[in-house]
Amino acid sequence: MKNALSRGLLLSTAIVGSLSLYSLTTKVAVVTADADNAGLKLPAGFGALVVAETGARARHLAVTPQGNIYVKLNRPNKEGKGILVLHEGPTGKATITGGFGSYGGTGVYANAGYLYATSDEEVFRYKLNSKGEVTNPTQPEKIVTGLINRHQHESKSITLDKEGNIYVNIGAYSNSCQVKDRQKGSLGMPNCPILDSAGGIWQFRADKLNQTYGTGTRYATGLRNVVGLDWNSQTNQLYVMQHGRDQLHDIFPELYDTKQSAELPAECLYALKKGDNAGWPYMYYDNTQHKRMMAPEYGGDGKKVSPGNYIEPAAAYPAHTAPNALLFYTGTMFPEKYRNGAFIAFHGSWNRAPEPQKGYYVVFQPFKDGKPSGDWEVFADNFAGSSEKVATGRADHKPCGLAQGADGSLYVSDDKKGTIYRIVYNKK
Amino acid sequence: MKKTLVGLALLALAGGPALAQKKPASKAKTPAKKTATAGVPAASLLQGKSIYTQYCLTCHQADGGGVDGLNPPLTKTDYVLGDKTRLVRVLLNGLQGVDINGEPYNNVMPSQDYLNDQQMADVLTFVRNSFGNKASAVKASEVKAVRVANKK
Repeated sequence: MKNALSRGLLLSTAIVGSLSLYSLTTKVAVVTADADNAGLKLPAGFGALVVAETGARARHLAVTPQGNIYVKLNRPNKEGKGILVLHEGPTGKATITGGFGSYGGTGVYANAGYLYATSDEEVFRYKLNSKGEVTNPTQPEKIVTGLINRHQHESKSITLDKEGNIYVNIGAYSNSCQVKDRQKGSLGMPNCPILDSAGGIWQFRADKLNQTYGTGTRYATGLRNVVGLDWNSQTNQLYVMQHGRDQLHDIFPELYDTKQSAELPAECLYALKKGDNAGWPYMYYDNTQHKRMMAPEYGGDGKKVSPGNYIEPAAAYPAHTAPNALLFYTGTMFPEKYRNGAFIAFHGSWNRAPEPQKGYYVVFQPFKDGKPSGDWEVFADNFAGSSEKVATGRADHKPCGLAQGADGSLYVSDDKKGTIYRIVYNKK
Repeated sequence: MKKTLVGLALLALAGGPALAQKKPASKAKTPAKKTATAGVPAASLLQGKSIYTQYCLTCHQADGGGVDGLNPPLTKTDYVLGDKTRLVRVLLNGLQGVDINGEPYNNVMPSQDYLNDQQMADVLTFVRNSFGNKASAVKASEVKAVRVANKK
């Protein structure tokens, strides 16, 4: 519990990169974990605190080096603000200091003097000053406009690379591109027309105004819905977490029983290159057979392997657990094994019913040399509150966003009750 | 509510012979058996539960509570407890993108019009009398009337 960080010297990489946790100046801030670790179950040596209770549907969040936290709300709060501004005190507890942005949405990302935020149709950019404060809250630059939003898979999540490009998820407004969405027995539309404007990741410039589909690039396709995505600066590559398709049993009860429907398909991590196709809606990934299977809407029967030049997942996770955030850990606070590995926030399932639900945790996926290496593990658990609440899906909290603090802390947002968590490492 | 019922009943009567529904065998075996909820036939509840488990449970969940942001709850909502005509129409036409009690629900509910009038009546009667809900039964004749009007 001696994660002292000097506010005055916070911007100094020497301090940020240091594991020297003792006081270097007289102005010392001590971030203290809550006695109950904010209700979370964590590996030995880690602690957690509740940074703030926002009481709102807190989707993604961004943390600046100066301790400002920007939380994107699913819809504007009573005051009409879609982005909450929180400022941290010395112990890590934050107060809500304001809000701006009259739109709901999911994506928010802070990078090199700018804060980016999304509605379900547009991407905005705000200027950050040297204190990490937004200087133009009512007049953001609109950098992307006119993205499709048909309410299903509407989240426009974002990340940036190191060359001034922004990547935007545009989820498919469909489960499996059926003629009648989610209707029992309805087959897939030939040459799925949804993929023209959704079901993929689009690339835009981060500094150009009023870009649209015409001026952007469909960077990767065949991705049903990505809520969690991050740029891996080690491999200089975009990684995304796909939400796999739902309801194999409901739609094709003669081909899949409820147990198979609960376990299929895997939630997949993909390492993307420009032009990649991950295969939705024509296939799904079966994590028990380790095969790409033909979707039943397109002639599959649960046994036929999918033809087609689709990319392999980099890693796969239990079905329907809803990965809503991905973060490559580049900090130094956590032990060596976590560096350059991936944290994934699993929002938790609903589509496993009548089988018990699963998820509501933050997973750690070890990486080595830029590739997943070794089994994933549950890193932060018990957001739900109990195993019964996991099984019934009646979780107290649902992890949705991840952000890394300047000191290497891991922040987690919850869009059920709006709790903002901070996970720190205590051991020396 | 009463006016609606009377209206529906009249519509149902006007429907005449077309109302002769094929009834499930179990219903025929247990005529007029009542549960604690007055006027709600036990056979309808039993059949309704089976239909709910088969077609509704994945989205609306075993406790009828739905899923945040996606699938609407079937508890404490006027959609379920209120106007039966609107409720039947949801089954006939499906639903997407409504706010319920101030919360958005964005998932797509497909049409359930493959269910016959009796099946719809049973599952709606079950839902209106489960998960803490208590409301009058839905009759096959009422479903029939809404289905006819819905097609026009």
